[in-house]
Amino acid sequence: MQLSFKAASRKRQAATLADLPAGSEAVIDRLDLPEDLASRLMELGFIPGHPVAAARNAPGGDPRVFRVEGAEIALRRETARHILIRKN
Amino acid sequence: MSSCHGSIGTAGLAKPPQVAAPQKLVALIGPPNSGKTTLFNRLTGLRQKVANFPGVTVEHHIGRAHLPGRHNVDIIDLPGIYSLNPRSEDEQVTYDVLHGRMPGLRRPDGVILVLDSTSLQRHLPLAAAVLTLRLPTLVVLNMADELRERGGGVDTEALANQLGAPVVLISAATGEGVKSVAQFLTGGIAVPRLVELPVIQDVPACRQWAREVSRSARYTHPAPPVWTQRLDALFLHPLWGPLIFAVVVAAVFQSIFTWARPLMDAVQAAITASGEMLRAALPPGWLQSLAVDGVWSGVGAVVVFLPQILLLFLFISVLEDSGYLARAALIADRTMARVGLQGKSFIPLLSAYACAVPAIMATRTIENRRDRIATILIAPFMTCSARLPVYTLIIAAFIPERPFLGPFLGTRAAALLGLYLLGFLAAIATAKILKSSILKSERAPFVLELPPYRMPTLSSVGLRLLDRALAFLKRAGTVILGISILLWILASVPPADGQPPPIQHSLAGTLGRAIEPLIEPLGFNWKIGIGLITSLAAREVIVGTLGTIYGMDPDHNSAGLQQALQKELTFGGAVALLVFFAFAMQCMSTLAVVRRETGSWKWPAIQFLYMGALAYASAWAVHRLLG
Ligand SMILES: Nc1nc2c(ncn2[C@@H]2O[C@H](COP(=O)(O)OP(=O)(O)OP(=O)(O)O)[C@@H](O)[C@H]2O)c(=O)[nH]1
Repeated sequence: MQLSFKAASRKRQAATLADLPAGSEAVIDRLDLPEDLASRLMELGFIPGHPVAAARNAPGGDPRVFRVEGAEIALRRETARHILIRKN
Repeated sequence: MSSCHGSIGTAGLAKPPQVAAPQKLVALIGPPNSGKTTLFNRLTGLRQKVANFPGVTVEHHIGRAHLPGRHNVDIIDLPGIYSLNPRSEDEQVTYDVLHGRMPGLRRPDGVILVLDSTSLQRHLPLAAAVLTLRLPTLVVLNMADELRERGGGVDTEALANQLGAPVVLISAATGEGVKSVAQFLTGGIAVPRLVELPVIQDVPACRQWAREVSRSARYTHPAPPVWTQRLDALFLHPLWGPLIFAVVVAAVFQSIFTWARPLMDAVQAAITASGEMLRAALPPGWLQSLAVDGVWSGVGAVVVFLPQILLLFLFISVLEDSGYLARAALIADRTMARVGLQGKSFIPLLSAYACAVPAIMATRTIENRRDRIATILIAPFMTCSARLPVYTLIIAAFIPERPFLGPFLGTRAAALLGLYLLGFLAAIATAKILKSSILKSERAPFVLELPPYRMPTLSSVGLRLLDRALAFLKRAGTVILGISILLWILASVPPADGQPPPIQHSLAGTLGRAIEPLIEPLGFNWKIGIGLITSLAAREVIVGTLGTIYGMDPDHNSAGLQQALQKELTFGGAVALLVFFAFAMQCMSTLAVVRRETGSWKWPAIQFLYMGALAYASAWAVHRLLG
């Protein structure tokens, strides 16, 4: 019991935007991306501490569409994987 | 938080703004899709011209707004930007213009900053960056209609107070509030009052500032656009999404053929009738021949295709303005990734179906240079509207119209669709080759904002069509006119007994015969050869050329161009000609743009040779196969 709880919480800590189920929300923790891309994404609203929601996926599952500050932005999973999130 | 404030605050209470001299050149800037162009069109109407900045090929429109009191203000519409950190070429251009560093353009006297009021908070950091420049600034919050409809609101006076600059809430699409923009331009816009602004490089600080400002301006976020979500549920559906995409594309092609037909027939009839009137009005002789057989039939043969080209641009404009094009890029990303490109390459490639020149300019949104060059190199394979006249003519002459896929798709539309597919496959294969060899690179990230779906407005689409129509007619009036005259001369010298020589003995005939050995294996004779030579300038010129040749050739004088062609080409030769046009790089404007965009002659040279070799080899193979 204890063990599985720990594993689950560790998993939650390392969660990334790529794994956020469609329709659910989280808070952005960190952008683990090159400087240029990170600031571009921040200008679009992917800012540490700010909420993000997973909207829908493109047909085929990739890229995914995320909602930040009322806008919908599409990212590939390979990029979303480097955006770390936490539950609010 | 005070550490992140750049300018020192003297944000005193509202003083009457100082009166400034009226501005003479005002720049329109704002994020993509905020409605700059719509407002620009409202203010300037048809008094605008498209131009390019020297050195960089970013198109800009300059227009003149006639204001009450006989003031005139020139307005310049700049590309959409998210920030003023010059990172992409678009941002660099805007940055240079605002700093007066753009050669050939003086520093604007003022700025109209157009923000989308439905995502005000997200767009406010750009306002901070612009206000920091301390140019006279008017802040325009656009999309008032949508904001209201979705239950949002904002106190413009409070916002003006926060920003130190006047704020107006308008709807460029419906025209509401546009008058007040004009009033500000008439009265002159003042330099913004000094207020506390965040350091623009510090993105989180800017966001914090934006949040505080929109709170003080009592901004209420509009409800999420319900319709957009409903439509996306359909258009991005795993099954329906791609299916709808395919149907949209097929429907566009089918209607280009069926709907354009009556319009083209009408234009054709008008050209023939007016040509005959011209012939009757002029005394017989060389002048009559030049005017009617040279100019009128040469230019007329191309102008006939105006309805078809406009119909294609109509569809692309509607898809783009409605917001569907961004979804199409999203759907395409996975496929594009497979050949080493990304969804953003899809938008330039789709515009290349209209014309490769704007498409190549549109590649500047692709940040990765290798991806960008690969996209530039494959864009001319997409079936541009200049190929359409050639395809239409040959298909109509050689393929009988029959139902192909039920009543929905006829054989001719299917043949056209096949040619589009052929160009597309060549592009994909070339991309794959390039991206796994000389242009190999890490996969570039794909970041795309999906705008809400919007009803395209008649005026925006109409103005764009007018713009395209004028550009096309200008081309017909210059390049094609010039080539028609040149060709008429080539076909008329050397005169025999004061009469024009038989076409095979003319200079044009001699030229065509000179290259005949080269093109004979493809199934083309010397007349087609003359067309191939002239079409090096631009593809559609071959139609005018053939018009001129057959207009002058006594054997075919009365016969229509199609019937004339049926006598010249075998079925195999006709298909070879189609394939040749699908692959060959016959467009001076495209080569010039590629040279400008890539900065050297290396890429256009590679492109020209590669496409030419592919065209020749494929046409040869097709002719061998079909005989
Ligand atoms: N509902 C509504 N739609 C608008 C309004 N103004 C513009 N639009 C629509 O918004 C879309 C984008 O408008 P544009 O004028 O092309 O925007 P832009 O800022 O020039 O866009 P870029 O050229 O991409 O930077 C178009 O579909 C317009 O019809 C408005 O006031 N209300």
